Amino acid sequence: MSATGSPARTAGTAKGAVTTPMSRMAALARAELTLLGRNKGTVFAALFVPLVLPFSVYSASQEMDLAEAGLTTGTMVLPAAIGFSLLFAVYSALVGVFVVRREELVLKRLRTGELRDAEILSGSAFPAVLSGLVQSVVLAVGCAVLLDLSVPSAPHLAIVGLLLGLVMCAALAAVTAGFTRTGESAQITPLPFTFVSMLGSGMFVPLDLFPDRLASVCELLPLTPVVTLVRGGWTGDLSAYEALGAVATAVAWTVVAVFAVRRWFRWEPRH
Amino acid sequence: MQSNGHEHVIEVTDLRRVYGGGFEAVRGIDFSVRRGEIFALLGTNGAGKTSTVELLEGLAAPAGGRVRVLGHDPYTERAAVRPRTGVMLQEGGFPSELTVAETARMWAGCVSGARPPAEVLALVGLEAKAGVRVKQLSGGQRRRLDLALALLGDPEVLFLDEPSTGLDAEGRRDTWELVSALRDGGTTVLLTTHYLEEAENLADRLAIMHEGRIAATGTPAEVTAAQPSRITFELPEGYFVGDLPPLDELGVGDHEVDGRLVRLRTRDLQRAATGLLVWAAQAGVELRRLDVRSASLEEAFLGIAKEASAKDATAGPGAAGRASAGADEAMTNKEHAA
Repeated sequence: MSATGSPARTAGTAKGAVTTPMSRMAALARAELTLLGRNKGTVFAALFVPLVLPFSVYSASQEMDLAEAGLTTGTMVLPAAIGFSLLFAVYSALVGVFVVRREELVLKRLRTGELRDAEILSGSAFPAVLSGLVQSVVLAVGCAVLLDLSVPSAPHLAIVGLLLGLVMCAALAAVTAGFTRTGESAQITPLPFTFVSMLGSGMFVPLDLFPDRLASVCELLPLTPVVTLVRGGWTGDLSAYEALGAVATAVAWTVVAVFAVRRWFRWEPRH
Repeated sequence: MQSNGHEHVIEVTDLRRVYGGGFEAVRGIDFSVRRGEIFALLGTNGAGKTSTVELLEGLAAPAGGRVRVLGHDPYTERAAVRPRTGVMLQEGGFPSELTVAETARMWAGCVSGARPPAEVLALVGLEAKAGVRVKQLSGGQRRRLDLALALLGDPEVLFLDEPSTGLDAEGRRDTWELVSALRDGGTTVLLTTHYLEEAENLADRLAIMHEGRIAATGTPAEVTAAQPSRITFELPEGYFVGDLPPLDELGVGDHEVDGRLVRLRTRDLQRAATGLLVWAAQAGVELRRLDVRSASLEEAFLGIAKEASAKDATAGPGAAGRASAGADEAMTNKEHAA
């Protein structure tokens, strides 16, 4: 070790400011963003899949009687595309991030410092949430250009739906990470929620085309209110009652997920 | 209390830690560390050192007893303690794909009053590695990065869990120098180690842990002084132990004979050695394989482990022995994983 600098507690040298929750999370988010850029697998899953999967929805939608559900190709494809983004770029990607950081003992290390638990999870989640947000905007613009999607008639619903979806998917990823043991199993454990959401949350097939009883169950799935709100934001045919119900469902899932994280999240590898 | 130079910065009272499976890793320990002191927890793998330090760091809540760091509970009053402590875990905890500089910058952003990252990297001799990814560092370099990060916030209290494990001899000496310099600058240091030499060289005071308990504590000299010195030699041909001068007159506490080899333990090494050598000179015999050594920390350490297992044996080879064997294994696994 060199003799430069004084090892002892310094007086008078340039020292950083007192940290705040925002500054700490920003430092962590910046590091995570760097890491996201270096992980090719995650970049592929997070960027490529949500931008390509909508084409399969597009071809499926050509065989459906969308008019019966009051939909156009654009209002069918866009909410599904945003759903894919939430499931792949946010939810699945974050399960991997949380698990790998835990197994690398990064979470344990972070907990020895000033960061609070919620800050650690939020800061680590930021890049994935940001990529979900950016993708959703890109998808909206893309659908407007390619599928003649009109301007949203109730944009506030779409925005509320998207933001709830981002927060909920991050929280659900932390829940899933709680019972995922290794980075390898983090490829598998997100699949059940992903498949259930794709099939049951109105992404491939609008719930209006489901049998009534099945539809009312599917309305309670976590991602359904997000898809409903985004779709309603464009079509504008969501009643205030329906909109509130969707918001309440999404908020309830988020609250349950946050509770589950506080209760069951694992900060260290199992021994 | 703040103005008192001998204020206790760390206070531990009847501390206990129990893991999920019911294994009791820390079984009621007490100690305190004064400001500006280096205190070492010494013990074999599985003794409960890391389990203890994690409680002091506030990473887990104790199952019983009390911890105070700088007057606060490090677990429930995290926000009051963390800006004033620095922690070096037993094992890394850095994303492998970040560079050294990126890691230091990230950590600096999470530490109040952080020193410039380049400055602490220079302190541990890692300035040339700033652009290297963490995964490409050697084990020793990772330890030094960990130490650098622990120093970023100029902590009042520094926790070092096996700071020199994985370092070569030179790196170990560098770390010792750095830690001593920090202590001289007023930093309080609590470190764990299984290197006796490290505790002996570095610690102002130490506690030897064995199976979750503190078996001995004090300054290295005090702990050593509590142990007898030792004389070993081969009995000359035709002589028996009875031919030696009366052992209690030599100040020999006890002795054992192993074939021709005699081991004497004494608390008065000079008197025993003189008596023995004068006898040998007068008898005109040669004491082959003669070895005279004052008590060292190593003997204290081995003596404590031996005493403890002897106690286990007298308590019966039943539950206690088996439990501690299982416990050792569990802790070893834990310490490897942690």
